[in-house]
Amino acid sequence: MTDAVETKSQTKTKVKKEKKKGRWTRRGFIGAGLIAGGALVVGVAIRPGDRTDELEKHVAGEDEHLLAAWVKISEDNRITAIIPHGEMGQGIHTALSAMLAEEMDADWDALDIMEAPAEKDYANFPLVREFVMGGKSAPGIVSDTLNGAFLGLAKTMDMQITGGSTSVRFTGVSAMQTAGAAARELIVKAASETWDVPISALRTEKSYVYHDSSNRSAPYGEFAVAASSMSPNLQPKLKARKEYQLMGTSLPRVDIPSKVDGTAQFGIDAQVEGMKTATVMASPVHGEVVSTIDKSAAEATPGVLSVHNLGNFVGVVAEGYWPAKMGLDALDVTFTNSASDSVSQESLFAQYAEALDSGKRKTMHKGGNVVKGAEGAAKVIEAEYSVPFLAHACMEPMNATAWVRDGKADIWCGTQNPLGTRAAVAKALEMELEDVTLHTAFMGGGFGRRAIPDYVLQAASLSKVSGHPIKLIWSREETTRQDHYRPAVLGRFKAAVDDDGMPLTWESVFNHEGEPKEASDIIYGISNKKVEVVDSPSHTRLGPWRSVDHTQHGYFTESFIEELAHAAGKDGYEYRRALLAGKPRFLKTLDAAAKLGKWGEALPAGQARGISIVESFMTICAQVVTVDVTGGAPKVLHVACAADPGFAVNPDGFEAQMQSGIIYGLCAALHGEISLEDGAVIQSNFHDYEILRMNEAPKIDTVILTSDARLGGGGEPGTPPIAPALANAVFNATGQRIRSLPMRDLGLGAGS
Amino acid sequence: MVQLKINGKPTQLDVDPNTPLLWAVREQTGLTGTKFGCGIAMCGACTMHVDGEPVRSCSTFIGDVEGSEVTTIEGIAQPDGTLHAVQEAWIKHQVPQCGYCQSGQIMSAVALLRDTPNPTDDDIDAAMSGNVCRCGMYDRIRAAIKTAANMPKAVGG
Repeated sequence: MTDAVETKSQTKTKVKKEKKKGRWTRRGFIGAGLIAGGALVVGVAIRPGDRTDELEKHVAGEDEHLLAAWVKISEDNRITAIIPHGEMGQGIHTALSAMLAEEMDADWDALDIMEAPAEKDYANFPLVREFVMGGKSAPGIVSDTLNGAFLGLAKTMDMQITGGSTSVRFTGVSAMQTAGAAARELIVKAASETWDVPISALRTEKSYVYHDSSNRSAPYGEFAVAASSMSPNLQPKLKARKEYQLMGTSLPRVDIPSKVDGTAQFGIDAQVEGMKTATVMASPVHGEVVSTIDKSAAEATPGVLSVHNLGNFVGVVAEGYWPAKMGLDALDVTFTNSASDSVSQESLFAQYAEALDSGKRKTMHKGGNVVKGAEGAAKVIEAEYSVPFLAHACMEPMNATAWVRDGKADIWCGTQNPLGTRAAVAKALEMELEDVTLHTAFMGGGFGRRAIPDYVLQAASLSKVSGHPIKLIWSREETTRQDHYRPAVLGRFKAAVDDDGMPLTWESVFNHEGEPKEASDIIYGISNKKVEVVDSPSHTRLGPWRSVDHTQHGYFTESFIEELAHAAGKDGYEYRRALLAGKPRFLKTLDAAAKLGKWGEALPAGQARGISIVESFMTICAQVVTVDVTGGAPKVLHVACAADPGFAVNPDGFEAQMQSGIIYGLCAALHGEISLEDGAVIQSNFHDYEILRMNEAPKIDTVILTSDARLGGGGEPGTPPIAPALANAVFNATGQRIRSLPMRDLGLGAGS
Repeated sequence: MVQLKINGKPTQLDVDPNTPLLWAVREQTGLTGTKFGCGIAMCGACTMHVDGEPVRSCSTFIGDVEGSEVTTIEGIAQPDGTLHAVQEAWIKHQVPQCGYCQSGQIMSAVALLRDTPNPTDDDIDAAMSGNVCRCGMYDRIRAAIKTAANMPKAVGG
């Protein structure tokens, strides 16, 4: 593997600097052993340097010994998995804990789980290492969050991000499994020495060590102390898949019981003594600031305590949310003017079109020669597609609670980026990182939005100026209008085809270079290709949106390939198969979706199927949509989804992610549009930014394929294929090619 | 001062009668299981029962429910902690993802099953389409409602 080579060169510098016992290995650094405050501690850290002493104070309670950066054990054999990722419903606390428990042979039923604190020691080193040394490229959420300034380990110190479908792929394999295996080996070694028996005579099960021939057994906790003086194996042996007992089974999610009885604690549920509630408004035109403000009516509103002009937003502090909202509604405020005021949806796309016509192009992907390749072509086919901005529309409006006093700050919120949030608060308040404490909560949806801490900084500012602990709650309107949107993109495509209709060349150009880079590449075997991007910025804030750039490019690519198939007079499924020759994982996934979706079987009049396949975050996902257009608007009856993530750690959880990703993408395809008028976002709430509902939700069937590929992501890969599969189905039903989303304005009449 | 019963308990709330029921309950009683989603009765996250009927508490003034019996997500299990059949079915089908909408979903489902013990797909569409689930767990919600309908102890909450 190429990453092993690169890792080696990294090893030398790291070891010298950190004078540590271990070194970078393919799986990362493992170190162990120290004594802190009289307590014996065993540490296994997957990072460049053994920092268990620093970690212990954050996570270990009395009588508990830190067994790893990712696991601690008490002498009464209580084992706690420490999860460095936020829970937003993706089931990550369950999946990562299972990966640890699997390799450790820990008792799943007795395992405790805690979310890691927002400390630098829990920064995502496994994640960083993956894209610096091994993985294909950085997940988009990383670069978007840090404004692209991430290349170099020095700049990764504040990364503790949940996104990019990275948790299982990177943290799970590089940290949880390795730590679990190393911990188990240490315990077994300690047992072997204590009992004076060979390691080979011992076995482990459910947090116990057994020596069967002498009929002895003891809990892991008994050996924690003895194990602490031992050096861990730097490359513990991981189990083969056939040995798994927890991984690959659908363990019930640990977060679900609290989510059916109302006890789950989300950010909005934070309670702090003396807390006041605030709500805010920033300029509807992003980037503009407060011009004039008359506070009198707001201040006279019953329950309002104070009104604040903080430059780029105004805030009302009150005894509760309702008086705060009433106060804000009464506030007389105007914002500055700028050139952004004249931007409309039409002018924006005209700007993109001009950039595509004459802007400076940068090559994203290249192969062969598209000029020579097109010589002798039978036909050239061109098409243009566009997609709008999209809001995340998390069910839980943005909110955070802050208490800034005595040179310190406490923050309570749900965030996909705890450490980055903490660092941003420290910077904004001109404090040291150590003076900011972050208390994380469940997220009522994230989808990329909660990687950006703007709402947290506002809460901190309001607490500072008002002197109260402040719970800031954004209205749904503010949440919709002050989002960081999925970029709007215009893409132009061109292909030269031979006499048989097969592509000789593939060319595309689009605006907005985002992440990940491979999103705009093609999976098909076309030897001459050129994919280019132009820069055409707008004032509208952008951010990572579930699957990042794959939603735009998945839709474009899988629509255009279908257009080529149609021009060739060929079936979309067979055409793709021909272009995926020699790619068995793709073929297998496509075939599985076709089979599950009954591709080729007869349907009643007015119904049709469409197919697509997209690889994202190292998971291949193919979908077949069955649509009915007899009612005018397209109604999705069924989605067949086949996905190959290599291996699904929690199959039911993975299936839930596919279902969720499909509905999220379907909502965007049918309804999703954030548009601009006079520079401001038009949409405000669920009446004009519609969310897919029960009566529109199709039946979804999922088949999960296993392959020998490295683990792929789960949270995002279900989203990109659905829009093109639906658009292709609508074409097959109506002959109408959908080149712009959303498709709500089709004007499809009955029988059309 | 507004008097009402919340989850069977007589309660007096010192709030402006024009405060939405949602905020009065969340901020005055400590019962935070009911969620704020949109504020305009478009998403259902704030669904509570008032005298047994599901209402959008973000758009219902507390003054208008004076003297009523209000039930929240915290009030549908048995006093001994035994979960309602709908809650059991929700766990069985692993319905929640982020979970934020689920209090409202469950309150709507409880009301549906009380009035329509064996709902058809159309019944489920009609009763549940006012509740948005951004994580898109509609397939599982539908399946869980059908499971709950077949549980022997499916009683109104």
